[in-house]
Amino acid sequence: MLKKISKIPFNGTPEQEEQLRAVIEECKSDKSLLMHVMQRAQHIYGYLPFEVQAMIADGMDIPLEKVYGVSTFYAQFALSPKGKYNISVCLGTACYVKGSQEILDKICEKLGIGPDECTKDGIFSIEACRCIGACGLAPVMMINEDVYGNLKPDQIDQILAKYTD
Amino acid sequence: MAEQKTTAIKPLNKMNFYKKQQRLALRNCGVIDPESIDEYIAVDGYQALAKALTGLKPEDVIQIIKDSGLRGRGGGGFPTGLKWDFTARNSADQKYVVCNADEGDPGAFMDRSVLEGDPHCIVEAMALCGYATGATEGYIYVRAEYPVAVKRLEIAIAQAKEYGFLGKNIFESGFDFDLHIRLGAGAFVCGEETALMTSIEGNRGEPRPRPPYPAVKGLFGKPTTENNVETFANVPQIILKGAGFFAAMGTEKSKGTKVFALGGKINNTGLVEIPMGTTLREIIEEIGGGIPGGKKFKAAQTGGPSGGCIPVSLIDTPIDYDNLTAIGCMMGSGGLIVMDEDNCMVDIAKFFLDFTVDESCGKCSPCRIGTKRMQEMLEKIIEGKATMQDLEKLEELAHYIKENSLCGLGQTAPNPVLATMKFFKDEYIAHVVEKRCPSAQCKSLLRYVIDPEKCIGCTLCARVCPVDAITGEPKKLHVIDQEKCIKCGACMAACKRVQAISRI
Repeated sequence: MLKKISKIPFNGTPEQEEQLRAVIEECKSDKSLLMHVMQRAQHIYGYLPFEVQAMIADGMDIPLEKVYGVSTFYAQFALSPKGKYNISVCLGTACYVKGSQEILDKICEKLGIGPDECTKDGIFSIEACRCIGACGLAPVMMINEDVYGNLKPDQIDQILAKYTD
Repeated sequence: MAEQKTTAIKPLNKMNFYKKQQRLALRNCGVIDPESIDEYIAVDGYQALAKALTGLKPEDVIQIIKDSGLRGRGGGGFPTGLKWDFTARNSADQKYVVCNADEGDPGAFMDRSVLEGDPHCIVEAMALCGYATGATEGYIYVRAEYPVAVKRLEIAIAQAKEYGFLGKNIFESGFDFDLHIRLGAGAFVCGEETALMTSIEGNRGEPRPRPPYPAVKGLFGKPTTENNVETFANVPQIILKGAGFFAAMGTEKSKGTKVFALGGKINNTGLVEIPMGTTLREIIEEIGGGIPGGKKFKAAQTGGPSGGCIPVSLIDTPIDYDNLTAIGCMMGSGGLIVMDEDNCMVDIAKFFLDFTVDESCGKCSPCRIGTKRMQEMLEKIIEGKATMQDLEKLEELAHYIKENSLCGLGQTAPNPVLATMKFFKDEYIAHVVEKRCPSAQCKSLLRYVIDPEKCIGCTLCARVCPVDAITGEPKKLHVIDQEKCIKCGACMAACKRVQAISRI
């Protein structure tokens, strides 16, 4: 899977680093917990920049190329920061046959960015995701934790208007 | 009013959606509180584990599962009892049980439902499997996209430990069993058993060649039994009620029930659990309540990106593992997506191929390169640039990939293309020869035209066209320049009131 790698400079805080160090300390005895550590790191930082991957590699005593290999293999790991509101439009089969591509196109057009991109003001990012298991409500999208089902393209403006700041 | 209300609500077994269903794997979902172990115990929970640990030998447990005829519900349909037996026969200092809850098929959500609605049943079944195969540790590999399922599993495991159903010396039998949860990170290939195990070990989830099979060398190099959530969900009932109870349901070679995730162009969507051997017609017309908007049924897609499609001519096929394989389809995990006349089958085939190209792990070249080449050929077809020779090449390549890929993902990736080519060859030919998409779905092949009879010259369409492809004076007929048109559909949307623009 091809991933977009961010050019935005890393700006982690000492608090974040402290949290990550604690996670690594807790898990470093079991190398099979690498993915678990990366998931928690992503939770702390919002994404996995090289600097964070290097910290994990050092802390877990695992080669950086392996950490990088894992981070690029799985869809969940983001190498670019996401917007404050991350929109995931489901392109699973049930949603696709009910027109979710049109929903995605409409949102991209409205925000002027493509999938896996973030708006300049950092408010919105878009991604196309695989099945969120709400096929009965197809087509479905999620904005952060909120799920919107039975979507029609003309509802998009109204829904996005709820997320302004 | 009051009388009307009481007659309006029918009991579950009288409702068309439930009438033909037989809930076994889903029996407790929505019935008990999934976060309460006491409610699970109240519906005979952990009784099967007690029965096995206090009265049955491990080989007896395996024999019951074998006799029941239970087969893997994850898609492959391998006999579960046999799988357990293989692991049991290999002696090692440590063995594992793995539950595959990495439900990757886009359009299937039965595992999610079981994990969220009845997590204790999975805990109990894994302990039973551990006892039967001699494993003392288990891992549940769950999709990170299912946070509620993860939370409820954590609660269930903690409660089971507190009650002594997990841990040391369970039911004073000397049997120890412990469970761990591992989260997936969104890789479809991790649904393949060897890839899933490499992922639990903390690596890139790439499959490895078999043999050695997991029963010999699985997780951390130790003998391992891996089953899908729905398979496990059936186990406690079989042990408790006996093999005969389960074997009485279903067809000759496919016993019990199967849960399908009914979705797409159908009135009643949702999880449907039916005895094996139910026909597709019963599922669509009776349970699903038919197709919305009076549209015609075209095909049902089963097995997700690894499966095929069942066309209207085969709608009366009784659904079980072997019948589906015989028509070039696959049970898969149970996604059942209904498509109507508006869906283009070439587009659907390409949709699945886009998926497999994206999800191919890249380890073996037939899958990595082959699926990409197939995707390019399909793009050519959809754009109207292909020749009949391309169709032949596509089919040949599809067979090559099936035969030469390393794991299940590659071996089944061409299935959606082969199945649609088999049943909807005419649609492929229409794209290639007539340069036309019969369902008016493929953007490059369709045209927007203005009906001269209907156009009132309101200029609305010309004003919304982003590329100025529409010309015409006010109150006179407007025309779309097909060379300039980018097929965005804005004009058709703008002409909502008069409806003079159509897509052909």
